[in-house]
Amino acid sequence: MGIKPFRKSGIFLCFIAVSLLLVSVMFVYAFFRVRSDAGTIIRQSEIVKELQLTDLCLFTEARYTRNPSQADLHAAFQDHPVSIEHFPAGSLVMPPECLRRINGKVN
Amino acid sequence: MIDLIDIRKVFNVGRPNEFRAVNGVTLSIEQGKISVLKGPSGSGKTTLLSMMGCMSRPTSGRIKVCGVKISGIAQDGDRAIEVTSLPERFLTEVRRKTFGFIFQQSNLIRGITVIENVMLPAYPYGAKHSDLRVRAMSLLKLFNISDHALHRAEWLSGGEAQRATIARALMNDPFAIIADEPTAHLDTKLSREFMEIVARLKEDGKTALIASHDPIVYESPVVDRVVSMRDGMLVPD
Amino acid sequence: MGKSIERQRNIIDFTLSSLLRRKGKNISLMIVYTVIVFVLASVMFFTHSIKKEAHLILKDAPEMVVQKMIAGRHELIPEGYMEKIGGIRGVGSVHGRLWGYYYDPTVGANYTLLVPQDRKIESGEIIIGNGISRSRLAYEGDIIGFRSYDGSPMNLAIKEILSYDSELVSSDLVLISRDDFMTLFGMPKGHFTDLALSVRNPRELPTIAQKISDLLPDTRPIIRNEIERTYDSVFDWRGGVMVLILSTALLSFVIFAWEKASGLSADEKREIGILKGLGWETSDVIMIKFWEGVVVSLSSFLVGIILAYIHVFFTHAPLFEHTLKGWAILYPEFRLTPFVDAYQIFTLFFLTVVPYTVATIIPAWRAATVDPDSAMRT
Repeated sequence: MGIKPFRKSGIFLCFIAVSLLLVSVMFVYAFFRVRSDAGTIIRQSEIVKELQLTDLCLFTEARYTRNPSQADLHAAFQDHPVSIEHFPAGSLVMPPECLRRINGKVN
Repeated sequence: MIDLIDIRKVFNVGRPNEFRAVNGVTLSIEQGKISVLKGPSGSGKTTLLSMMGCMSRPTSGRIKVCGVKISGIAQDGDRAIEVTSLPERFLTEVRRKTFGFIFQQSNLIRGITVIENVMLPAYPYGAKHSDLRVRAMSLLKLFNISDHALHRAEWLSGGEAQRATIARALMNDPFAIIADEPTAHLDTKLSREFMEIVARLKEDGKTALIASHDPIVYESPVVDRVVSMRDGMLVPD
Repeated sequence: MGKSIERQRNIIDFTLSSLLRRKGKNISLMIVYTVIVFVLASVMFFTHSIKKEAHLILKDAPEMVVQKMIAGRHELIPEGYMEKIGGIRGVGSVHGRLWGYYYDPTVGANYTLLVPQDRKIESGEIIIGNGISRSRLAYEGDIIGFRSYDGSPMNLAIKEILSYDSELVSSDLVLISRDDFMTLFGMPKGHFTDLALSVRNPRELPTIAQKISDLLPDTRPIIRNEIERTYDSVFDWRGGVMVLILSTALLSFVIFAWEKASGLSADEKREIGILKGLGWETSDVIMIKFWEGVVVSLSSFLVGIILAYIHVFFTHAPLFEHTLKGWAILYPEFRLTPFVDAYQIFTLFFLTVVPYTVATIIPAWRAATVDPDSAMRT
């Protein structure tokens, strides 16, 4: 027989080896990125310090989501008319229509 | 080469459906010869073959196998090993080195290539893949089916499949071939071809033990000895 | 050793040939599996990174914030409380913070308005966060019209836009002068939104918090580590919804795998019988099943986590943006720093690869132990 085909197990093991290599690259890359991003993180914590901020600006829908560390017990259902809830009930019950208008359109 | 001493095999011992498949067989199989076990179905041929080939253990009696060197087992001058009392792992080694099996159905594994089917018996033993390939190819050439090497097993014709099965049985270069009704699904022409292959194996010094009730087999001139069986016992000719 | 490796490779060869026979089915299986790992790993990477960043960024948040409560709600705190708190031993300094929320109907977004302690802002001017600039397409020099509490308009000019680097904390901020803040909100004189304090010895924070509660029972002190811990729980919930959904998916997948493997088809049983007849031992047959499980699950696992990593850290997790953004109009643009945790990856590995491999092996055990003799009798 003329042609010598590749062994399937060889291909598979190669694939696994390459994947594992990529996974270790993931860690190495993360390590270097953490180092290089250190500056940005420090700048952000400086702003936090200067402005005395208490929360990340992640969820701007409502008061208790914008500043979850400052939220009080009754913050839900209070603010943004169309905010979604942390409590399961809020996901099921929508606020009344009159509260759900943005720019005249019902959301 | 293989000595059977008062072999009995009983299934479902002690239960209402107790069945004596082999009921006291004493037999010697000679090396380098073609022996045929003749008899109707239900006579215990398959059970006997299975025990001779170290695939199952007898309920009572002893079996001795000579002529094969196995490391780790004490052997005397003519290298006789009593297999009936061997632990399982040695038994499989004896089986592998001594016997190659041909079953009634060609029993090739569908969906994989012919050459891979032929290499299968050697896979678990860690030989180099390229060596196995070389050996398998030469066996396929020997039986004129090397063109089908990379074809899927189910594409072979009946005769080609049977030859592939024989090639597979020879993969581990066994001492003896054991065949159970090898011509059961073959027509006359193919059955005769099968016996021609058996003749070639004999020329190569191989031993063969065939169970068959096909006259083309047991009346073939290649056969050195015919032993008849009925109801689990040998019938004197 | 070499023999052992060769043996495994031979078995893998056979396993792969065997799997390739049912290409379509096995490939779809692997795709489903990869998708599940991908989503789970993405959630894992994302939440872990944000939590880590939150900890690092918020480490200089105010040591303690004191809110006044009426009927369980956060209310404005009177100036007089500052003196009382200042008098407690261990308290360094006390500032009144002025901040609040403003809803801008033109874009439907909430802004956080804040009067900075140190930065000087002229009346009529504001400094805004990058997110506001993006959603209103407003830049330095532009004017944003606000509506005061009494309905009268207030136009404020953008003096500066906060840096892109700080999006994660400042995206929706409007820094405003004190006078403008009081006018805009109709804030009663002599009140603050809350008080921020620093203490001489951070370890005394809980004690001081207790003293403040005792002294002023209508207040609620919030100490810094509570602020930091908020994000641990927030992300467990928001991340948690997804993890819940996907644990269900994963569970059903394991059940599917088991169901597939448990009913070993007649064909498969026959093949095992043939292999046994050819001299393969039970351990060899189990090895086939093991490799079958590993080939599918390990490949899917590795591809899944690599794709998840790329998804979260190189393409900013577009698939999650929708869920996390919720109804918010303003959402910060930020590059997540890849904080990866080997422990989590191993956990995911044990939750996915191991059950699948086991689910492939165990049901085949029975068939694998079949007598080789039975192969002769089929």
